[in-house]
Amino acid sequence: MRRTTSRLLRGLALVSALALGATACGSSDDDSSEQKQVSAADIQAALKKGGTVNVWAWEPTLKTVAADFQKKYPKVKINLVSERSGDKHYTALSNAISAGKGVPDVAQVEYFALGQYSLTKGLSDLAPYGAEKLASKYTPGPWNAVSDGDKVYGLPMDSGPMAMFYNKKVFDKYKVAVPTTWDEYLEAARKLHKADPKVYIANDEGDAGFTTSMLWQAGSRPYKVDGTKVSINFDDAGAKKFEAVWQKMIDEKLVAPITGWTDDWYKGLGDGSLATLTTGAWMPANFTTGVPNASGDWRAAPMPAWTKGDKASAENGGSSLTLPTLGKNKELAYAFVEYANSGDGVATRVSEGAFPATKAELESPAFQSKKFEYFGGQEANKIFAESAANVASDWSYLPFQPYANSIFNDTVGKAYVSNTKLADGLKAWQDASIKYGKEQGFTVE
Amino acid sequence: MTTSSVATPAPAKSAPRLRTPRKYSPGRPKRSKLLTALMALMVLYTVVPLIWLLINSTKTQAGLADSNGLWFANDFAFWDNIRDTFTYHDGIFGRWLLNTLLYVVLGAGGATLLAVLGGYALAKFSFPGKRAIFAVVIGAVAVPGTALAVPTFLMFSKMGLTDTPWAVIIPSLVSPFGLYLMWVFAAEAIPTELLEAARMDGAGEVRTFFQVSLPLLAPGIVTVLLFTTVATWNNYFLPLIMLKDPDWYPLTLGLSSWSSQAQTIGGDVIFNLVITGSLLTIVPLIAVFLLLQKYWQSGLAAGSVKE
Repeated sequence: MRRTTSRLLRGLALVSALALGATACGSSDDDSSEQKQVSAADIQAALKKGGTVNVWAWEPTLKTVAADFQKKYPKVKINLVSERSGDKHYTALSNAISAGKGVPDVAQVEYFALGQYSLTKGLSDLAPYGAEKLASKYTPGPWNAVSDGDKVYGLPMDSGPMAMFYNKKVFDKYKVAVPTTWDEYLEAARKLHKADPKVYIANDEGDAGFTTSMLWQAGSRPYKVDGTKVSINFDDAGAKKFEAVWQKMIDEKLVAPITGWTDDWYKGLGDGSLATLTTGAWMPANFTTGVPNASGDWRAAPMPAWTKGDKASAENGGSSLTLPTLGKNKELAYAFVEYANSGDGVATRVSEGAFPATKAELESPAFQSKKFEYFGGQEANKIFAESAANVASDWSYLPFQPYANSIFNDTVGKAYVSNTKLADGLKAWQDASIKYGKEQGFTVE
Repeated sequence: MTTSSVATPAPAKSAPRLRTPRKYSPGRPKRSKLLTALMALMVLYTVVPLIWLLINSTKTQAGLADSNGLWFANDFAFWDNIRDTFTYHDGIFGRWLLNTLLYVVLGAGGATLLAVLGGYALAKFSFPGKRAIFAVVIGAVAVPGTALAVPTFLMFSKMGLTDTPWAVIIPSLVSPFGLYLMWVFAAEAIPTELLEAARMDGAGEVRTFFQVSLPLLAPGIVTVLLFTTVATWNNYFLPLIMLKDPDWYPLTLGLSSWSSQAQTIGGDVIFNLVITGSLLTIVPLIAVFLLLQKYWQSGLAAGSVKE
């Protein structure tokens, strides 16, 4: 076991330059201080004493939260550094951990990337600080993402229960019914594209996050993770459901060849050439600032189901705040994370447009009855909250998901540009992920 | 075309006779339609992005998505965009502008100073190892700065200088191309006889340099200053890996971080400010170019004609 772990760590170090620092200092930390319980009184004492907490996070609402926190605890300084871009953020974090220098005290880590850091002991276990008592506060999806049994690697900051956003104006114009199942979705895609060849029901050029979320909803569980034992298998009933529908979407050229998050994409969402967007419930904020010209055109709806009446949903996106093992001022850092993601900070962040991961906020009448001017006055949060409650909690990502996602376009992505079938693409993704996992010292089946 | 027809109202018969000497007249080079067309294409290629930038800086975020890229939208938000660019995020754009100026003044200014001193010394003094230095400088010109960025980062990281302005300024001080240019220029522009005369008259080396050589070097200095200024102003990769704190970003990095905000969940999408910011970023550079142009041109022509 010990041998496997060290081989695993060495392997990961080669690629992400991540593990060296973490093992050198992380393991000793783990044994001595990590087991120690930190009481609320310890945290209060630290807050009174004061100090600086370095936070690496791009979540925009944290700015207000940090200011409020400093007002409440004048001796604490929150030094918020935002990188504002996922890839660069993880590269910088991994580099800092491997160098053992300049590691932030608090780091924002998305759910899909948590495994990479927690497995190499790059993140502190928050359970001794009392984090495990917060479990019941959060919806199952996000909580499952940050904890494995008795260890807690971060507190959920936001969540992304999936919903389908659709351009009502376009659907009304061509008198197409809003789809409630994926079969109806396919049908609607055909009708819309036939009515106006410029209109596509969605854009897709092969997106790892979207695909895994679709598999999640369809009941597919390709990844099983138990410590360093991993299995990867895309050959199950859920994956077949997804392949059957989406292969037709690709074959009949019903998805627009536009990459998400580009200005073309924003343009398409604005001018009606992209009729739906199935993504996380955090999207309204991006709609409001990125596509202001289509205000009033769009509505939210539940994600289409695989069988009529089925309510299963999935998550897309969402991130947590974590305490890197090599960070300092642990008590203060934890106090800030708890304030931002479980305490008073949550209300502030929700009021600024963040999508919560906490049950109380999701279920509160004020949140649910919020009228979205952008969606023509619709109370869209009701749909999102219901989706959050229907997310299956048994999904897990790979401990090297960021790497797996990075090779998605070389494998599954081929189905979008050549005659490769989606099923073959997933098989190729599976093989490449298994190969990589073995090279990193995981036991892969 | 018009001038020739006005100047030669002669019948068509004599035209070939007139055209033949023109071919060889250095004062009136022959025009080639093909080259003119190619030139027009190049002008289009270089000017269209600028026009695009100008037009689109007048649009709001909504207007950007709604309208054709090469024509105006219904809204004219140019002044609003400029104001928003400077006030967004507590006016961090102004801070980035000042950072860039700091990097240019210290980095490009320092690089020019070092190049002038070094180039002059290499051109006008002989000392052992000169050939080796020549080889090193020529070799250094060939190594792209991007290739050195990562080793430089590791070195600066060890010295604890990353995430400070020094991490951007110190590497900018080295300009092998500037040194080479100054060297060649100094060799051509300062007659050795003049230096000998100055020494004969009893001037020390320092006085000779400042009072005799420096004025002669002015066009070359301006040329090198232009090159290093442009390089430092546009520098992206070095600050990207060196800096983490947005308070020390130069404009290039800051604008890129604004642009990537559009790819962030819950992030503000501000393509209109990115475009306006880009326009504002190139204005000082254009101004510097126009101001220094005459020096620069005389610098380029130096030594091309034997007088």
